[in-house]
Amino acid sequence: MALREHQRAGSRVGDRASRILGGPGGGRSLAIATLSTAVVLTALGLVVVTSPGWPEVRESFFYGPEFRESFPDILEQFGTNVQLFLLAEAFILVWALVLAVLRSLPGPVFFPLRLLSAAYTDVFRGIPTILLVFLLGFGVPGLQLSGVPSSQFFWATVSLVLVYSAYVSEVYRSGIESVHPSQEAAARSLGLTQLQALRHVVLPQAIRRVVPPLLNDFIGLQKDTALVALLGVVEAFRQSQIEVAGSFNYTPYVATAVIFLALTIPMTRLTDWLIARNRRRELARA
Amino acid sequence: MSFVELEGVHKSFGRNEVLRGIDLTVEEHEVVCLIGASGSGKSTLLRCVNLLEPVDAGRIVVGGTELTAPGVDVNRVRREIGIVFQSYNLFPHMSVLRNVTLGPRKALGLSRAEAEQRADELLARFGLSDKRDAYPDSLSGGQQQRVAIVRALALRPKLMLLDEITSALDPELVAEVLNVVRELAAGGMTMLIATHEMGFARDSANRVCFLDAGRILEQGPPERIFSSPTEPRTQQFLARIVEAGRL
Ligand SMILES: Nc1ncnc2c1ncn2[C@@H]1O[C@H](COP(=O)(O)OP(=O)(O)OP(=O)(O)O)[C@@H](O)[C@H]1O
Ligand SMILES: [Mg+2]
Repeated sequence: MALREHQRAGSRVGDRASRILGGPGGGRSLAIATLSTAVVLTALGLVVVTSPGWPEVRESFFYGPEFRESFPDILEQFGTNVQLFLLAEAFILVWALVLAVLRSLPGPVFFPLRLLSAAYTDVFRGIPTILLVFLLGFGVPGLQLSGVPSSQFFWATVSLVLVYSAYVSEVYRSGIESVHPSQEAAARSLGLTQLQALRHVVLPQAIRRVVPPLLNDFIGLQKDTALVALLGVVEAFRQSQIEVAGSFNYTPYVATAVIFLALTIPMTRLTDWLIARNRRRELARA
Repeated sequence: MSFVELEGVHKSFGRNEVLRGIDLTVEEHEVVCLIGASGSGKSTLLRCVNLLEPVDAGRIVVGGTELTAPGVDVNRVRREIGIVFQSYNLFPHMSVLRNVTLGPRKALGLSRAEAEQRADELLARFGLSDKRDAYPDSLSGGQQQRVAIVRALALRPKLMLLDEITSALDPELVAEVLNVVRELAAGGMTMLIATHEMGFARDSANRVCFLDAGRILEQGPPERIFSSPTEPRTQQFLARIVEAGRL
């Protein structure tokens, strides 16, 4: 009985998950899905290709030789994006967790910490990322303080960490709040301190639940690494600008987009898959 | 001096006064059952004894330590008092073994090997050895509740608080859990038990306390409470239980 419930719940989620992909249930609907996809894509393709400006657009955005020439250079500079992303991500994961934990400490003693953490997330979620990148990237090195790094790569990383940690700490916090208080009570009743209960009982469950939304934020972060081009840091996007300036052809932008997509699409798929799996588990448990 | 002493314990949630002056003693090795209607304050009382809820007024003394004194080390107190909840509250992300060893390792500072040895002994004693590496959601309700009891026992508490630990179970699973409690009682464990299982209270308790609207209205040996209660409210409560076929 319980097993049957479980399977039914499972297949319902399966339907929903495959619906995202426009997916088919049986053989007949597979055929229909394929056909309608083909029709829609062909129609869209025709609209673009028969448009009056298409020949010119094709020349300037989809020019094969230019693509082949610029792609390796852009890919090489994409290493900077990856480096920036990985570095920022490591700091964000830790710093955001600190913020979320500070914010969830109970009692009047911790009020100032809760307030500071809340103010931090409000401010950095409210500032457009691009503005912060400009302010820190040009402002701080401009101060010419000794002992303060003047590297623009450094300040670009700091900007992304500040903004994204504000988002990620909210994600963590929603995870912490989703763990039922009875779990903490059970841990405390075993004589664990509040920190031990948080560390061993609350956080492991909270983090497991927020992996999909965390990944979502990291897809955003991967894309926003392109913002550091504004500071003159050479990365994929900046390199494509250089290539475009040299050839007066926009194809390098398309090449950059392809490179970003190659990284973000697998991550997006993984995120969706994890979300579907989590939902399946929740249903199976209920 | 009794092992557990409560004096004039008051507790309110906002304007809802849930405990209105509880006086209660439990002797060492005594099993005391709390009965009473839903909402009469049984759970709140147990949670106060374990300091999961701070009391508003009154004194609670366990094993000579006044828990309600200012500056008392709550973590130390809790290590000596085990509590088991109606809803098991096992940690779903941990195996049975880790559920049971968490307290001894983190709160008592036992080594992993020591804690696991202790856990294995207890799991064997309660017929759960084969579930050692299972996760809670693969266990039946009865098994989960027995693991929850073992988890509390792993700290070697001097007092066990059981809060309606069979209410969430299918009827055929109630017996296996109650047998565990009977065995603990036979082994001399001091227990304070909130229960709706009147049959269990009658055959296993040394004393039964009837809680009504946050007060202990009547208490005494089970034979007397169940056969000749003096308070009209107790009579009404028991009459309803009999009507429902639960006694
Ligand atoms: N954390 C809380 N916040 C607010 N009110 C609470 C809280 N816990 C309990 N109460 C209230 O206290 C009263 C007594 O609850 P309690 O759980 O102690 O009763 P009980 O005797 O255990 O009932 P039951 O037999 O249904 O378990 C109820 O009115 C309940 O709504
Ligand atoms: Mg209760």
